[in-house]
This record gives sequence, structure tokens and C-alpha cells, in this order.
Amino acid sequence: MQYSNTHATTYNDTVVRQFSIMAVVWGVVGMLVGVIIAAQLVWPELNFGLPWTSFGRLRPLHTNAVIFAFGGCTLFATSYYVVQRTCHVSLFCNKLASFTFWGWQVVILAAAISLPLGYTTGKEYAELEWPIDILIALVWISYAIVFFGTIGTRKVKHIYVANWFFGAFILAVALLHIVNSAEIPVGFMKSYSAYAGVQDAMVQWWYGHNAVGFFLTAGFLGIMYYFVPKQAERPVYSYSLSIVHFWALIFTYMWAGPHHLHYTALPDWTQSLGMVFSLILLAPSWGGMINGMMTMSGAWHKLRTDPILRFMIVSLSFYGMSTFEGPMMAIKTVNSLSHYTDWTVGHVHSGALGWVGFVSMGALYYLVPRLFGKKQMHSIKAIELHFWLATVGIVLYIAALWIAGVMEGLMWRAINADGTLAYTFVESVKAKQPYYMIRLLGGVLYLSGMLIMLWNVFKTATNCKPALASIPPVAAHT
Amino acid sequence: MDVNLLRILVTIVSFILFVGIVVWAWRKRNSKDFKEAAKLPFDED
Repeated sequence: MQYSNTHATTYNDTVVRQFSIMAVVWGVVGMLVGVIIAAQLVWPELNFGLPWTSFGRLRPLHTNAVIFAFGGCTLFATSYYVVQRTCHVSLFCNKLASFTFWGWQVVILAAAISLPLGYTTGKEYAELEWPIDILIALVWISYAIVFFGTIGTRKVKHIYVANWFFGAFILAVALLHIVNSAEIPVGFMKSYSAYAGVQDAMVQWWYGHNAVGFFLTAGFLGIMYYFVPKQAERPVYSYSLSIVHFWALIFTYMWAGPHHLHYTALPDWTQSLGMVFSLILLAPSWGGMINGMMTMSGAWHKLRTDPILRFMIVSLSFYGMSTFEGPMMAIKTVNSLSHYTDWTVGHVHSGALGWVGFVSMGALYYLVPRLFGKKQMHSIKAIELHFWLATVGIVLYIAALWIAGVMEGLMWRAINADGTLAYTFVESVKAKQPYYMIRLLGGVLYLSGMLIMLWNVFKTATNCKPALASIPPVAAHT
Repeated sequence: MDVNLLRILVTIVSFILFVGIVVWAWRKRNSKDFKEAAKLPFDED
């Protein structure tokens, strides 16, 4: 059968351009909200006594904006770019691709309006109410059709490993979203979960942890497997390892969710199962990290002059660090200290700011000049500055919350000789204030790096003639 | 049939499948194809 996209002589980069620009814009917005709520933790008066600006409503706005708006737009942009380049064919259905862009922006706007107004399902990272959930499902199914349609009409024989990761991310997120969003509407913007009690908790954290595993890991590994080789100008270190990396993640990630529910009503065996699978996850994670790092062998000198490559390699270092820290924290005895403390928040941010943020920024710095017909970004010096601001920002952020978290955990479990608690809860809150200030400073640095990126992208994208990228002739790999 | 038997079977089959993938990925016979595949991102320019 013949499809219209197989006749196209140029790639569809319009949708890639749209998603790339919005990724940077939403990155600034999401990180700004993060800085605001970090400041609220230091000075609670900053919620202005208004319900719409209170921490409880702005925090889901922050998480949704950085994960689904910044991360989501980055994933759409990079996956559309990579799947076309490695399949030597234009996107499967341009109209549907365009719908994924506009539909996704409507989802983001709906989140930005409904969350501060207090509409929430109360499920972490799945707070949006049922009408928005339906729109997400429609956009996501369209995304799957565009992506897999492009794979299905490819002109090369092999499906490149990055596409396997993107494909798994798209399929898994569709499954997770639809199962976890099963809810009974009881009015416009109000619903109750279809599950009850501990089953509801388990479904939620099966979703939550696999959102980390497939949205924030598999998707961004797809980015890593294309953009690190491209920027380093050498093929991935071991293609065999990348295949095993992929399947090992697929077979183990789905089981790790119960570590979010240690010492709860969840059956003990389920908790232990979650712990063991979390520990096993260390192996594929480090295999992938090493594969990315070793791609640099023979090209390490490029790090001295290339800040984009530096973003990518530091990102892999943070991937390695947070995938070591994660399994450790999933051990029940460690978890009894770390759970509910700021250690968890620090861990998440070492993954989010370090791994996801840095690999996204590296890929976007690679993409933007190419998409807008320029040789390179407007200012390389500005990328350099962004890199250092962001790196110092992350280090301050994580170190502050490590100290705050462990301190708080130890204070909570300290008991006097007569068995009474040594500290009241509020004493642990008070003790954290200086660390919250350092964390705020780290966040401000990270945000200012992002603002520099916005300026740099704006300068690169204006006054240009976006060139149409032509598809190379067939035959290379058939 | 007991549902637990099905669960055990799925786990065992998955494990064998995974071991099979590992063996397949590192077979000498495939290494030339994989070398080619790794070059895919560089075809465009």
C-alpha cells in the first residue's frame, strides 16, 4: 500500500519546531512555579492567604508543567525528529501530528487553569480531572498513530534503538494513563477513582513509578541514544548492550512501583517484591549509563570545547547517580528513614533537573539551530553560562535536601529514654529552614540558566529562513 | 486451572525470553548487522 508520507521529499519539521519552542517556554514557566513554591516553604506568607496561590495547588501545577509541558514537548519534538531521520520518511499523518501539538497545548492550558482553581483527582502526577484526561487520551492515541505509522512506512529495514525507547514510552504511557484514570464522573470536573482502598494506592503507584520509568526514563533514553552519538559524532558504544538495556528495563520497571508504599496497608510480600525489582533495576540503568558514557571514548577532548556535549554527559552522570540512589532508597530499612522526608524530593530532583533537564537542554540546543536554518546557536558563550548556572544550581539543591531529609528523618525517629518522641514535628520543620533557603538559591540558579536559554533560542529562531530538510534517497539500508 | 500457575508460567516464560534476547544480542553472527544499525543516525548527512 502507498501512503502520502512515503512520497514526501522533505521531513515534516514544522511540528518539531513548534514543540521545541514550547518546550523552552514551558520549561521557564514550570521552573518559575517551582521557585515560587520553594520560596513559600521558606516564607509561608508568600501564599498571600489566597486559595489559588497556596502551596497545595501550585505544587501540582509545578510538577505537571515541568513533567508534561516541558518534558512532554521535548519528547514530542525529539521523537518526531528522530523517527523521521532514522526511518528516512516523513511523518505518517501531518494533520494528526498537528493535532497532537495543539491538543497537547490545550491540555497544558487546561491544567494551568484548573489546578490553581482547586480541581484535582488527588492522584499524584495524575491530578487532572476527567474531561482533561479524555483529551490526553485522544492526543496520546494520535501520537501513537503518527509515531508507529511513521515506523510502519519506513524506508530502512532496521528500527533504530532510539525508536524502540520512544515506542515503549508511548505505549506504556497510554496504558498507564488509561488504567490509572479510570474514574466515575459525578459532575463536570469532579470524579471518583474506579478503585478503592489499597488497590487504588497500588494502581496509583504502579502508574506513578512507571511514569518515572517510561515517561522520564525510556523517552529520554530515546533522546540519549540519538543525540549523544550525533553530538559526539560517533556511533553508540555497544549496540548489543543497547538492546539488552532496552529489554531489561521493559521486563523489570513494571514491578518496582510498590516501593512507594513501604510500611503501608499493602501486603508485605508486594512491598518486598517492589524492593527486589527496584534493586534489580540498578543493572539495566547502569548498563545504559555506561553505554552512553563510553560512546564518548576517543572523543573526551570535545567536552572542553562543546558545552552541548557537556550537558549530555553530565546528564548521564546524574542518571547514574539517581538510579543508584533510587534502588538504595527502595530498601525497606533505608526507606523507613527516607520516606516522607525531603530526601525523596532531593532524589527526584537529581533525576529531574540533572538527568531529564540536562539531556533535554542538550538535545534542544542541538535541534534549534538545525530547525531554523542556522549553523549553531546564537551564542555559545550563553550555553556555557547556562551549563554552569544549572550545574551549581543542582548541586546546591540536592546537597541541601540530602542534609534536610536525613536530619528530619532522624529527628522523627529520635526517642527519649521513657519512649516519648524527642522532637515535635514543628521542630523538624524549623530545623529545615536554612536548607530550604539553599534549595531556593539552587532553584533560582537553575531557572536563570533556563531564562538564558529562552533568550538564546529566541535570538536563534528569529530572522531566519527555516530550510526544508530533504529525505536522503532510498537504498542505504534496504 | 489455578490462576497462580498461569502467573508462574508467565514469569518463567518472560525470564527465558529475556535470556534468549541477551544471547541473541551478543551472538557473533549478528554483530555485523548491529554495527550497521548503529550507523543509522549518520545516514542523513
